[in-house]
Amino acid sequence: MSALTLRNLTKTYANGVEALKGIDLTVERGDFFALLGPNGAGKSTTIGIVSSLVNKTGGEVTILGHSLDQERELAKQKIGVVPQEFNFSQFEKVFDIVVTQAGFYGIPAPLARQRAEKYLRKLGLWDKRKNQARSLSGGMKRRLMIARALVHEPELLILDEPTAGVDIELRRSMWDFLIGLNNEGRTIILTTHYLEEAESLCRRIAIIDHGRIVENTDMKSLLEKLQVETFILDLARPVDHAPELPGFDVHLRDAGTLEVAVPKTQSLNQLFVALAEQNFEVMSMRNKANRLEELFVRLVKQNLPEQNPQRENAS
Amino acid sequence: MTLHQQWVAFLTIVTKEVRRFLRIWPQTLLPPAITMTLYFVIFGNLVGSRIGEMGGFDYMQYIVPGLIMMSVIQNSYGNVVSSFFSTKFQHSIEEMLVSPMSPFVILSGFVVGGMVRGIMVGGIVTTVSLFFTDLDVQHAWITLLVVAMTSALFALGGFINAIFANNFDDISIIPNFILTPLTYLGGVFYSLDLLSEFWRTVTLVNPIVYMVNAFRYGVLGVSDVNVYASLAAIFAFTVVFFLLALWLLRRGTGIRG
Repeated sequence: MSALTLRNLTKTYANGVEALKGIDLTVERGDFFALLGPNGAGKSTTIGIVSSLVNKTGGEVTILGHSLDQERELAKQKIGVVPQEFNFSQFEKVFDIVVTQAGFYGIPAPLARQRAEKYLRKLGLWDKRKNQARSLSGGMKRRLMIARALVHEPELLILDEPTAGVDIELRRSMWDFLIGLNNEGRTIILTTHYLEEAESLCRRIAIIDHGRIVENTDMKSLLEKLQVETFILDLARPVDHAPELPGFDVHLRDAGTLEVAVPKTQSLNQLFVALAEQNFEVMSMRNKANRLEELFVRLVKQNLPEQNPQRENAS
Repeated sequence: MTLHQQWVAFLTIVTKEVRRFLRIWPQTLLPPAITMTLYFVIFGNLVGSRIGEMGGFDYMQYIVPGLIMMSVIQNSYGNVVSSFFSTKFQHSIEEMLVSPMSPFVILSGFVVGGMVRGIMVGGIVTTVSLFFTDLDVQHAWITLLVVAMTSALFALGGFINAIFANNFDDISIIPNFILTPLTYLGGVFYSLDLLSEFWRTVTLVNPIVYMVNAFRYGVLGVSDVNVYASLAAIFAFTVVFFLLALWLLRRGTGIRG
């Protein structure tokens, strides 16, 4: 049984914008899944429909074997959602927000308080439990939404941009927390604009653009599709021209830095040998962009001719 | 959800609602007490002493039931319209929409929350009135029934208003321009017998007339209209409003994309 199945999911908004044009997607149980796409591609609409915040126009949604149309309550019990925007009452206390959410799932108060303590402690918010939500920092508010989404212990957790606006240290600790949840057997679906995040965390990935899935595969297979990788090389000595390297596309970024596009057919050894022959000494190197980012940009660019001017309104 | 789980979810919303209006008591509980004290002092004592009797009672006694009912109506309505619109405005309505709670439970929770505030304010106003006059309740069950149904009806009205509201202006238009005039013209301060035949007939179109009079019958034992017809009308309106609000909530009107 899969954790989430979408069949021919469509959504046309009242203003005529066709946000989803027939999405088919399956996320297996225990998976760590990334749903990527540019702004307005249809990610938030998809998540909105799965979490019952948006009415679909057509198609089917099945969550852990329960149809969202026929077995709505059972389907909703299985899912936890961390939205992109803060959506709690800013005047409520942190502890009350989590306990109240448990109550909405019919969890009696003693157990709700126990669970709230468990997740607030895990997410480092226990000391803030008596504070009003509005007094929390942005990162704390994101963690509060994660604690709230977990209080009924869902099997499927969906996070819409969970680390947006979160500092690097906190982002790493949230990654560790999510990996821990996934290791416990929870299925996790996340959307993110930090492609490094998707590459580090997720085993499978789907890319959505213009309301259609344009790629749906495992991370390894996707990265293998990358035909050219671009590297930045820091040189030991300044130069006034880029070297001519057969098989490589080389540009001089500044006197001490080269940008080299390395095709998949060429090895890095060949590059370094060619540079050494022309007396170029390399002190360090790095990827110009994250590999997934490079691939993502190419995939989305392929779709540009179809671009819809109303795209920004679609999400 | 099992019945027990639904009961827990319902109590959660009611508790949340009650906690909300108790937390902001200077905005929710104190103003009606002060306003009604002023009404009792000005209309009851100062002006009322010159008016004399109305409907066989001194003026202060006559207006007390109407003023209690006015507080119940305004606060039941005000609680739900502001609370539900705030959950829409802050998007915290999504907390409920993602949960397995049925629209019936959500609606009932908000309505009972509004009723609790309406009845609590009604209790405060009644207590204040006892400093100015004696109240000898004639028909306790009718009094309680009218208060419960009226507060439920106006809590539902507030809910429907909040569903359609897109901004804070939209939640003040109906209370200011419809509810307040209808309440003041609903026989709170006068007997319909004082009106000419034409205006009396016009006044009978106002539903608040029936609530005020049914309540006055419960407390004082006098009414300008048939009490049982009033009870039936309030009940029918409550059922219609409940079904309408439930239908809107199921459709996701104003709250789902």
